[in-house]
Amino acid sequence: MTVVGIDCGAKNVKALILEEDKILAKSSVLSGFDQKAAAQEALDLVLKDASLKKEDLAHITATGTGKEEVGFSLGTITEVGANAKAINSLFPSVRTVIDVGAEEGRAIKINDKGKVIDFAINEKCAAGAGTFTETMARALEIKLEEMGSLSLKSQKAVPMNAQCAVFAESEVVSLIHAKHAKEDIVRAVHDAIADRIASMVRKIGIEKDVALVGGVARNIGFVDSLKRDLNLDLLIPDDPEFSCALGAAFAAAEKAKGG
Amino acid sequence: MEKEYWRWPESRWTSSDIDWKTGDIISAGVDVGSVSSQAVVLVDGELFCYSNYRTGSDSPESAQKVMDKALEETDLTLEKIHHTVGTGYGRVNVPFANRAITEIACHARGANFMYGPSVRTILDMGGQDCKAIHCDEKGKVTNFLMNDKCAAGTGRGMEVFADLLSIPIEEMGKLSFKVEKEPEPVSSTCVIFAKSEAVGLLRKGWPKEKVLAAYSSAMAHRVVELLERIKVEKDFAVTGGIAKNEGVVKRIESELKIEALEPQHDTQIAGALGAALFAKALVEKERGLR
Amino acid sequence: MLAHYGYKDGSGDYFIVIDTDKCDGCGECVTACPYGVLEVGEDENDPFREEPVAKVTEDHRKKIKYSCAPCKPTSGKKPLPCVQACSPDAISHSW
Repeated sequence: MTVVGIDCGAKNVKALILEEDKILAKSSVLSGFDQKAAAQEALDLVLKDASLKKEDLAHITATGTGKEEVGFSLGTITEVGANAKAINSLFPSVRTVIDVGAEEGRAIKINDKGKVIDFAINEKCAAGAGTFTETMARALEIKLEEMGSLSLKSQKAVPMNAQCAVFAESEVVSLIHAKHAKEDIVRAVHDAIADRIASMVRKIGIEKDVALVGGVARNIGFVDSLKRDLNLDLLIPDDPEFSCALGAAFAAAEKAKGG
Repeated sequence: MEKEYWRWPESRWTSSDIDWKTGDIISAGVDVGSVSSQAVVLVDGELFCYSNYRTGSDSPESAQKVMDKALEETDLTLEKIHHTVGTGYGRVNVPFANRAITEIACHARGANFMYGPSVRTILDMGGQDCKAIHCDEKGKVTNFLMNDKCAAGTGRGMEVFADLLSIPIEEMGKLSFKVEKEPEPVSSTCVIFAKSEAVGLLRKGWPKEKVLAAYSSAMAHRVVELLERIKVEKDFAVTGGIAKNEGVVKRIESELKIEALEPQHDTQIAGALGAALFAKALVEKERGLR
Repeated sequence: MLAHYGYKDGSGDYFIVIDTDKCDGCGECVTACPYGVLEVGEDENDPFREEPVAKVTEDHRKKIKYSCAPCKPTSGKKPLPCVQACSPDAISHSW
């Protein structure tokens, strides 16, 4: 049985084809200003990659902030529910899932069966999610992908006061003018966002093991800051940004089986 | 050089009928804000002169400069001023001030003078903050909140849109009414998210005026929510830089169903004016007059 | 005076409200808060008040959503230590 999980995120639409427990293909497309079109493109890409047609699919489940935009899906699942399913399958020992995407951060507490016990969300404020790092990268004139490794070179972070991405932009510019090393500023940026994510996680109570997913988990500088703040190790899947899509695919498979 | 759409006109003013030499108490207030600074000089509690200039990177220097500008077209000198109170974000960095008092207290006091004792609710939209103040008939604060954490509802939010839409900041108010029908407000509060929402609207073919209208009403709505937390009561006054943006002010008035009082002076001087009034009161206290 | 310390951002309203007419400056809230959010000192917004008053420290004003988060778990809410410690009932939280 072949199913598709599609995660319509604020920045990227991710699609994934699952055949039984095997991932056949994955795709990621920029959401741009037309999530509907991006979702279609992401679906077309995975189908092409797996040499399949839409008719071959037993079910399609959508998740992500734009899940209602996905015209061709047969069902939806919340991002919290999708992450719980995916992580319970990838790392059964995990009880706390942290998901940091472009515009939202989530902390989810799950039991050994992957059932959601509690969750907290940071949303509607750029300071609490990946957009913050991206905005700072632009102010620093550094590529987003370079932020992580640069951050690890820092010996000490400079203090940063702004709690708003717009105000932090100007603070970063004045830190550059004050001749602070870029790596120290980058580290301060990661420490700041990690601090906000960590306090959201503490709201639900941290229970080990802890997994980190979402696109921002690719940023090794952020991961380092978050580990330091929480003072524990984090399990990160190989493709952390596909966690939600994988969970949606599991949900699709359950639906197709009549579950 | 790239055009700076956020840049606003600076100003100064001198009273034509006050002779400072006949005055008993000469007091001054300096408000060093994050974006603009003002200096106000009072002679026996009457407005003698003021100035409003952009804050530079150095607070003490900006305080000195704005004071020099206020005194520029007069023959009054700094040494002749009996007492100076500093206020605003850089209040502790005014080298010639005798004391620092928060902008909350100063704004209430200044608005009480500028708009009269009937003022109960003051909204101050500054460059990097937004203050909602409720005060009594003496200009004493009874309830306040200040939001300087988030750029939404501050001058900075408007500056971001001035740049995005390439519209000079002082034309934004008027242009925001050049729409056939008021559009739905931008749904994001966060300036970063509102900006990407606006980029999406422009791509969809919305004219800039319509995008501006959608942002102005979102900003007005947010400010009204802040005001409601401290309870709005008549009379209502709007101070600060955005008081000059009719696109935001008119939308706030229509949402609150209360008209704001007409300003008689530069709306940005309220804080410095209040500081100067406190300076006068402190001299009176020193002299055993109160 | 009702002093609202905190902020509103896209995610919500986060204000600690101190009624300075009720506050007697005893400082019990300062001791009770495990995260150093509160302090007692001069009333910055009333230059003519002589008595000390409780306020939120400058450091925490822009991040109380996060500073106060440990006292506000998503489930199993308990009374807030600062509010409980205040005998004149001068402290409240907006969220």
